[in-house]
Amino acid sequence: MRKDFVRRVPVILAVLLIAAACTGQPAEGGGETDDAQREVIVLAAASLTEVFQSLEEPFGATRSDVSLQFSFESSSTLVTQVQQGIEADVIATADEVTMGELESGGLLAGPPQVFALNELVIIVEPGNPRNVQGLPDLADPELKVVLAAEEVPAGAYAREALGSAGVEVEPVSLEEDVKAVVSKVSLGEADAGIAYVTDAQAAGSAVSTVPIPEEHNVVARYPIAVLNDAPNDNHAQAFVELVLSEEGRQALSESGFGLP
Amino acid sequence: MMLDADVRLRLGELLLEVRLKAAPGQLVVLVGPNGAGKTTLLRALAGLVPVDEGRISLNGEVLEDTSREVRVPTERRPVGMVFQNYLLFPHLSVIENVAFGLRARGVSRSEARQQGAVWLERMGLSAKADAKPRSLSGGQSQRVALARALATSPSLLLLDEPLAALDAPARAGVRRDLRRHLATFQGVRILVTHDPLEAVALADRIVVIEGGTIVQSGDVAEVTARPRSRYVAEFVGVNLFRGRGVGDSIEIDTGGALAAPDARWGDAFAVVHPHAVSIHRKEPEGSPRNVWRGTVEGCDFEGDRVRVRIQGTPSIVAEVTPPAANELDLVDGGPVWVSVKATDVVVYPA
Amino acid sequence: MTQGRARRGSVRRLPAFAFPAVLALLVLVVPLVGLIVRAPWGDLGAELAAPEVRQALVLSITTSLWATALAILFGVPLAWVLARLEFRGRALLRALIVLPMVLPPVVGGVALLLAFGRRGLIGQWLDQAFGITLPFTTTAVVIAELFVAMPFLIIAVEAALRSSERGYEEAAATLGAGRWLVFRRVTLPLIAPSLGAGAALCWARALGEFGATITFAGNLPGTTQTMPLAVYLALQSRPEGAIVLSLVLLAVSLGVLVLLRDRWFAAA
Repeated sequence: MRKDFVRRVPVILAVLLIAAACTGQPAEGGGETDDAQREVIVLAAASLTEVFQSLEEPFGATRSDVSLQFSFESSSTLVTQVQQGIEADVIATADEVTMGELESGGLLAGPPQVFALNELVIIVEPGNPRNVQGLPDLADPELKVVLAAEEVPAGAYAREALGSAGVEVEPVSLEEDVKAVVSKVSLGEADAGIAYVTDAQAAGSAVSTVPIPEEHNVVARYPIAVLNDAPNDNHAQAFVELVLSEEGRQALSESGFGLP
Repeated sequence: MMLDADVRLRLGELLLEVRLKAAPGQLVVLVGPNGAGKTTLLRALAGLVPVDEGRISLNGEVLEDTSREVRVPTERRPVGMVFQNYLLFPHLSVIENVAFGLRARGVSRSEARQQGAVWLERMGLSAKADAKPRSLSGGQSQRVALARALATSPSLLLLDEPLAALDAPARAGVRRDLRRHLATFQGVRILVTHDPLEAVALADRIVVIEGGTIVQSGDVAEVTARPRSRYVAEFVGVNLFRGRGVGDSIEIDTGGALAAPDARWGDAFAVVHPHAVSIHRKEPEGSPRNVWRGTVEGCDFEGDRVRVRIQGTPSIVAEVTPPAANELDLVDGGPVWVSVKATDVVVYPA
Repeated sequence: MTQGRARRGSVRRLPAFAFPAVLALLVLVVPLVGLIVRAPWGDLGAELAAPEVRQALVLSITTSLWATALAILFGVPLAWVLARLEFRGRALLRALIVLPMVLPPVVGGVALLLAFGRRGLIGQWLDQAFGITLPFTTTAVVIAELFVAMPFLIIAVEAALRSSERGYEEAAATLGAGRWLVFRRVTLPLIAPSLGAGAALCWARALGEFGATITFAGNLPGTTQTMPLAVYLALQSRPEGAIVLSLVLLAVSLGVLVLLRDRWFAAA
C-alpha cells in the first residue's frame, strides 16, 4: 500500500506541474468569446497607485462581470516585463521614452495617448526644519538628499531639473523608485528629496513641499496604451476611455496631476 | 592523606546520600545496580555535578563545602578521570590527548610532548603517538585515556566503568594491564563497575551503593562471604535469606525455615551457595536436615555450570553440572526435591 | 532468495525517487540556465571593465565578509548560550532569532530603520550623543546583511553544539582546562565543520542580500550599492547588463562555495 503511494507521488507531482504549465498559457481560442469573469490587467507606474485604485469603482459599476487587476511598478520595470512577455491588457507609464520602446517594438495595439502630467517638487520634513527654499539649497553638503536612481524616470527628471538650475547635488542615496524617496524623507532619514507633486500629495502631512520654479521644472507626460496581445482588448479599451473621460480627468486632478 | 567525602545531592529521581572515605594506595570499587548513583558520585567528586549539601576534602584540601560555600571548579581539582567511553578528543592526535592536561596547566608545548611520550612508552603505545584516536582499538583507547588522566599527576583517580566499552574477549587482557598500571599510582583510586569479575579482580575494598546510599562496604572476602542485600548476593552469585534466628534454625521472613547450627537468636542473614544446593527427583533419605519441595522455574547456562531457579518455600538457586542437569531431566514447572546441609547455611547478624 | 529479492526491490524503487529528484534539480537549475543562455557574452568584457561594476563587486565582497566575521564573533557565543544554558524563555529567544529568516527582508529593513535610523530607538540616541547616523553608510549595509544572515550561522552552530558530545568538554575540564580553553581547544574544533558550513551559508545570504539593504542603507555607488542593488537598478534600464552582473555574482559565489567545500566540509 505504502509503496504504491510512494511510487505515485512523482506522478502526481508531474501531473500538477503539467497542469500548472497549461494554465500558464493563455487560452488563445476561448479568450475572445469567453468574456465572463475576466480580469483586465493594468500595468501602471508607481505614481499612479492611488488614482488608478480610485477608478476601480466607477469601472466596475457598469461591468459587474469584469474586474481590474493592477500591478504598480517603476515604469522601466513594467516595460521590461512586457518585453519578456508578461500577460497584460493595458500599460500606463510615467514617461514617453519608456513607452516609446514598446511602441517601436510593435507591442502596442494602438498609439499611446498622454492622459496626465506630473511635475517635480522638493519634499522636506514636515515644517521644513532645515529651511530649504529651492534647488540651490540642496547642494549643501550638510543636507542629506535622496533622489530616485537615474535608471527610473523620476530620477532622470530630477537630474534634468538640477542640471537646468546648475546645481550640483551629492545625494546620500539613489532610491529604487520615487515612493522610496518619499518614505526616506517621511521617516526622517533624509532631509530632502525630489519627487512628483502627486507622490508628495499622497504622503499627506508626512512631508512638506517646496516648489521648483517653472523654468527648471520638468513636466512628466504619462502615456497610456492597450497592449498588442491583450487577451481582453474591448474591456482594456474601455478602461483607457475611462481614464481619458471627464470622470478620469477629475480623479487625476484631485490626486495632483496636471491635465494635457 | 585521604579522601573524605560527605555528599548529598538530588538529580532527577535519584537522591544520593553518601559518606565515603578512601586512603591512598587503596583501590575502592563502587558497585551497585543501574541508576544507584555510582557515576553521579564520581561526577560529584570531580566537580561535574554540584553537591546540594556536604563536604569533600582531599589530602586536607577542601574541594567542596556547602556550609562555607566553598566550591573548587573541576579544572582546579587535583582529579583525573577515565570516562566510560574514554572521550579521547577526536581532533587531536594520541600524544596531544595525553599532553592536553599538562598544556592546560601551563606546561610548555615541548615539555608536555616529552612527558606525553614517556607516558605512551609506559603504556606501550609509542608507535601510535601521532595517530588519531579513531584508529585505536578499544584497549588502546583505554590506555590512552588512563595515560591522559595520570599525566597531570592527580591525587585522586576516578575510573567510570573502564572496561564496559570493550568486547568480552578483549577484557581479560585489558583488565590485567589496567591492574598493573593502577598499581603504580600512589593516590586514591575509585573505580565504578557492574561486572563482578572486575570488582573481585581489582578491588581492595568494595563499596555497594543502592538507591543512592551505601548499603555495604568492606574488603572483597567480607562482602562476597556476607552479602547484606539481594543485589550483592546476586552480584556475587549466592542465595541470601533474611529472617530471625531461633536457636538452631532461622525463620525466613518470606516463608520457610532453614536449619543452621549457629543460627543463635535475633535478626539475621543466611547465605547458601548455589553449589551447596542439591536437586533430587524423589524425596532424599539420609543426613540433610533441610529438605523441601519445589518446582523448576528456569535454567540458565553459565559456562560449565547450570544455574537452576527453583520456586518453593523458600525459593532458591542451585548450581549443577550439565550432565547432572541432563540426568535430572529438568523441565520448567517440573516438581523436584531440594536439600541443603545445615552446615552449608552461613548465618550472620543483620 | 530473500537477498536477491531485496536487491531487486531497491533497484525498482530507484526511478521513483530519481524522478522527484530530477524535478527538484530542474526547479533549481533551469533559471540559472536561462541566465546563461540569454547572457550577452559579447558585452561581457565591457561590462566587467566598467568601474561601477567593480565598485559594486568589491563593496559586496567586503561587506558580506564583514557581516560573516561579525556573525561568527557574536553569533557563536549566542549559539553557545542557546545550546548550553538552561533558562526560562529559551524557546521564545530561539524563535526570535529565527524570525529574520522568515521576515520579508524589506520589512527587516524598515525594522532596522525604526531601530537604528536617525529617528529610531537607538539611532536617535546615537545621533544625539555621538553624532553617528547609520543609514546611507557602508556600516548600515553590514548591519542589514548581519541582520538577515546571522540566523543561518546561529542555527547551524547551535545544532552542532546540541548534537556534540558534552562529555568532551567535561573531560577537558577534569584535565584542568578552564571554560575558555575548553571552548577554544575542544568545543570549537569539534564543531568546526558545522561552523564552516554555517559561515558559508551566512556569507552567501549576505552576498545576495537586497531588500533590507536598499531599505535601510539606501543605494549609492561606492558606498551602499552592492551587487544585488546594482543588478536591480540595471534591470530598470538595461536588462542585458543586469544579466551580466548577475552572472558575475553567481560566478564569485560558486567559486567561493566550491573552495570552502574542499576546505571545510571535507572533514565533516
